[in-house]
Amino acid sequence: MAAVKETVDQVRAIDVDQYKYGFESAIESDMAPKGLSEDIVRFISAKKNEPEWMLEWRLDAYRRWLTMEEPTWARVHYPPIDFQDLYYYAAPKSTAGPKSLDEVDPELIRVYEKLGIPLKEQAVLAGVEGARIAVDAVFDSVSVVTTFREELAKVGIIFCSISEAMREYPDLVKKYLGTVVPTSDNYYATLNSAVFSDGSFVWIPEGVRCPMELSTYFRINEKKTGQFERTLIIAEKGSYVSYLEGCTAPQRDENQLHAAVVELVAMEDAEIKYSTVQNWYPGDKDGRGGIYNFVTKRGDCRGDRSKISWTQVETGSAITWKYPSCILRGDGSQGEFYSIAVSNGHQQVDSGTKMIHLGKNTASRIISKGISAGKSQNTYRGQVKINRKADGARSFTNCDSLLIGHDCGAHTVPYIESGNPKAKVEHEATTSKISDDQLFYCISRGLPTEEAVALIVNGFVREVLQQLPMEFAVEAQKLIGVSLEGSVG
Amino acid sequence: MLEIKNLHAEIEADGREILRGLDLTVKAGEVHAIMGPNGAGKSTLSHVLAGKPGYRVTQGTATLDGVDILEMDPALRAANGLFLAFQYPVEIPGVGNMTFLKAALNSQRKARGEGEMSTPDFMRLVRTEAGKLKITQDMLKRPVNVGFSGGEKKRNEILQMAILQPKLCILDETDSGLDIDALKVVSEGVNALRSPDRAFVVITHYQRLLDHIRPDVVHVLSKGRIVKTGGPDLALELEAKGYADFADEAA
Repeated sequence: MAAVKETVDQVRAIDVDQYKYGFESAIESDMAPKGLSEDIVRFISAKKNEPEWMLEWRLDAYRRWLTMEEPTWARVHYPPIDFQDLYYYAAPKSTAGPKSLDEVDPELIRVYEKLGIPLKEQAVLAGVEGARIAVDAVFDSVSVVTTFREELAKVGIIFCSISEAMREYPDLVKKYLGTVVPTSDNYYATLNSAVFSDGSFVWIPEGVRCPMELSTYFRINEKKTGQFERTLIIAEKGSYVSYLEGCTAPQRDENQLHAAVVELVAMEDAEIKYSTVQNWYPGDKDGRGGIYNFVTKRGDCRGDRSKISWTQVETGSAITWKYPSCILRGDGSQGEFYSIAVSNGHQQVDSGTKMIHLGKNTASRIISKGISAGKSQNTYRGQVKINRKADGARSFTNCDSLLIGHDCGAHTVPYIESGNPKAKVEHEATTSKISDDQLFYCISRGLPTEEAVALIVNGFVREVLQQLPMEFAVEAQKLIGVSLEGSVG
Repeated sequence: MLEIKNLHAEIEADGREILRGLDLTVKAGEVHAIMGPNGAGKSTLSHVLAGKPGYRVTQGTATLDGVDILEMDPALRAANGLFLAFQYPVEIPGVGNMTFLKAALNSQRKARGEGEMSTPDFMRLVRTEAGKLKITQDMLKRPVNVGFSGGEKKRNEILQMAILQPKLCILDETDSGLDIDALKVVSEGVNALRSPDRAFVVITHYQRLLDHIRPDVVHVLSKGRIVKTGGPDLALELEAKGYADFADEAA
């Protein structure tokens, strides 16, 4: 029960505003001119010393993007975005590129310390403190440092920023980039392909089990800046990696755009576990400000018996538009999606997954838990598609929604397409409210209201929390408590 | 221990008055039974004392060891020693029974300025008390009341009572939905908790529970007031004659 207690203590410690990562750091930036054009695309590519083929790739995406229209099918509402009123590149002046830890601006290290992300190796390596987690820290448009690289290199793992990967491992990047999410995939993915600035690159060699958690921590700091990250993870035959992504941003009146693309490739018998704890600034209590989180995440189970598992805890962002998906190409491959989406205030969430069954005996499992409070709207949108050749495919979906209060909404939009009569597709959905009776039962046993809500909600999401690596499960549990502060009574 | 004077309470939603000047005094160590026809206000009384939302107290007082409880937050009432065993215990999916018990116990201890109970001490306490009530390890691990039979739910209420060690226990129709064997187990659990510094208010429609939990005093509640008070024999009389007489007396 310690976790619940901590949740409540943490909630109490936060006075008026519940978002504790809303601070802004005075770090001087090197910025691109405002707006978007071919010149800006060239500017970004030049800043990163990219090879010529990469620039062409970006320009091609940009030209395509100009012909595309913004999608409107999601259940979210926002005023039109002026893409010329944004900065597409901002980098801390002190950092020319990823360096070793002792070269990084101490001011940046302090920012990450304040966020609770330890960028240190020595103490951990010496066994003095903490879990062994390698971190790639991305600040606005650039990666400022990646820890534990040497340690990982010993077993042949590449973990670095994607900008560096393009320079150091061009063949690998060229072989895989855009093969899971093509540049023409959708409006935001195409925009990302044109202007993406940084993100992480991971390559796990054949037969290697990654010895520690890998993670990337994204921070938006500059005003009026969009963050367009790009992450590529490749797990070769028989390898395994667990990867975690976290994100926060300062508290501002304006809306900021975050349009990321994540591509995962799992070869034969490989397994990738990708977890996200998304805590972008959600806007204030009147719905002003907050991040627009328009993200394309997709994994390709390319080899037989490969497995990709997405786990997400979504508590932040003014608007979330995100469907981490799996293409189950290899025979016997498996895709999983575990999600907790918490919305409060005026947040709008439209999130879910796509499971595309192409191979024989492929299996997918979807567990989605939506919690809506305040005046928020929370939609689960999921697609399960079974190809006619996918004999023996099976899919199981369970989406539960929990409503807290009277002014919020929960919606479930499942699309099921089965082209194979032998496939087995199951779908379960429930919507419930935290009942007054449940709440009173807990309170009458001595639990204060906030603690009672945290207990009931944590019970509701337990199945998904169990999927997260231990340390993050505790964090996520706290985060959910904080996000729901003041939602009852 | 419990002192209720001229208590009037109505339903918040429609202003219907349910309790109409109820008086009741329960001393430490005593067991009082409250009987009465359906709609007399038996459950309302237990809800108002425990602080369930949806009722408005318009007049009167209720004190526990001299402290006014009606103004208190329900969680604080619990910490001050009031316990309501529910007629219909609710299910809380995903929350382990043990986890729930430990959270409740430690919240109460914290509110009283006591330290948290250590996990080994807690485990020992639960194991001992659960054994007495024939509550299995499996029931302790399962989510609170989820998939429990009617008898298991009521036994679980008594287990909570045994762990939380309240001063005043209110049992709201604890016998409803119990077969004779379950009734015996629950009654034995309650009897084991009887002590000179603890009091019980047993609300029931039927006399049969009182064969197992012997009351010191029996009250008849009708139309929101106590209309008759007597010894254990009163319960037998009611069983024989029904409540018809009292409906008239209160009118």
